[in-house]
Amino acid sequence: MPRDGGFLEEGIGGLSHNFLTGKLEDIVRWSRARSSWPAQFGLACCAIEMMAAGGPHYDLARYGMEVFRASPRQADVMIVAGRVSQKMAPVLRQIYDQMLDPKWVISMGVCASSGGMFNNYAIVQGVDQIVPVDVYAPGCPPGPETLMHAILTMHHQIETGELLRRRETTGAGAGITVEQLDGQADTSVALGRR
Amino acid sequence: MGVLDGFAVTFGKLFKRSASGTTVTTNYPDEKRPKALRLHGRHVLNKYEDGMEKCIGCELCAGVCPARCIYVRGADNPVDESVSPGERYGYVYEINYLRCIHCDLCVEACPTEAITESKLFEFSFTNRADAIYTKDELLVDDDGRPRHLPWEDWRPGEDENTSAWMRATSPSGDVQHTGRVEWSAELGYGVRTAERGQRGEADDAAFAAEQAALAAAHADHGHDENDGHH
Repeated sequence: MPRDGGFLEEGIGGLSHNFLTGKLEDIVRWSRARSSWPAQFGLACCAIEMMAAGGPHYDLARYGMEVFRASPRQADVMIVAGRVSQKMAPVLRQIYDQMLDPKWVISMGVCASSGGMFNNYAIVQGVDQIVPVDVYAPGCPPGPETLMHAILTMHHQIETGELLRRRETTGAGAGITVEQLDGQADTSVALGRR
Repeated sequence: MGVLDGFAVTFGKLFKRSASGTTVTTNYPDEKRPKALRLHGRHVLNKYEDGMEKCIGCELCAGVCPARCIYVRGADNPVDESVSPGERYGYVYEINYLRCIHCDLCVEACPTEAITESKLFEFSFTNRADAIYTKDELLVDDDGRPRHLPWEDWRPGEDENTSAWMRATSPSGDVQHTGRVEWSAELGYGVRTAERGQRGEADDAAFAAEQAALAAAHADHGHDENDGHH
């Protein structure tokens, strides 16, 4: 787990600056990582583990993530928890589009990540074909600790800014970019290979 | 006051301890919950005590995998520098962890106990390519311990006994052991003794007798306690 120091272990001292001398950018990243509210969006059995992660035994509130927002406009993170059927895909994409920037996506479980054992016509083979995924959590389903590992990885990347660099340089994901056309509303989404 | 009435339960419980009087939350990055003994986690490719790989490239694991996440290719062992005992070895071994559902069928299918599952389940990827574990990443190191990859969260002691609790029915890859139920030898651990009830019918009978004796003793004990209360 690439967390060198960090606020949880060392308090304010874990930041590279304290919040009087810190760069504004660092403070913004720090605060983004600590209040990333997930969208309330469960698709299948992984959602049960996601609920378990929100419960008292694992307690996502420790990361400021206990508020699963029912409205995508108030959410920062979309946890795709479960298999995405072809019919659900446009809905999922619409929810992603309705979320406000900055927004992140965790692909939870093997079904969301690659279709898993459902290699058939009904299931999208990897949700990264329709939304840009930042962190993949493996497992069927991933346990709450695996999900929290993915969340902490995402937090680390939000703090270090690795996410933006990664998208540009490594081209992680399915190699498919989805872009909203300028000046057009929800429905106009252009799919194309990078 | 309608709003405050609604919060009556919240405020009533706010400064009280839980019913058990303990904090139930596990602070995950600082501590982990104990794992179930037979949890299926990230795979490990094992070696024999002499450092030879156990995998013989038979592709049974790939055949049985319901998610089709394993890719194996076997090849003939090089004449002078054998990788595994026998004729063939797995020279490509890949598992895609974005498909693996940790069902353990590969472990059950494996005739040489080459592949087992560890208890490591805390890992996540930021890149699809990271999720495809190659043979280098799956194979144990020279001490028989799994390799620790940067995106995995191993804690001290978790890399021990990664192949424990496996079905011990394989003849250890040794002709003389054919038909005997025992663990296969393993780099870093040697040969484990079989668990109770795994060593054959005589052992099963002895085990059953022992359990019956224990149960009888326990029943007597419970009787005494009841007498004490009265």
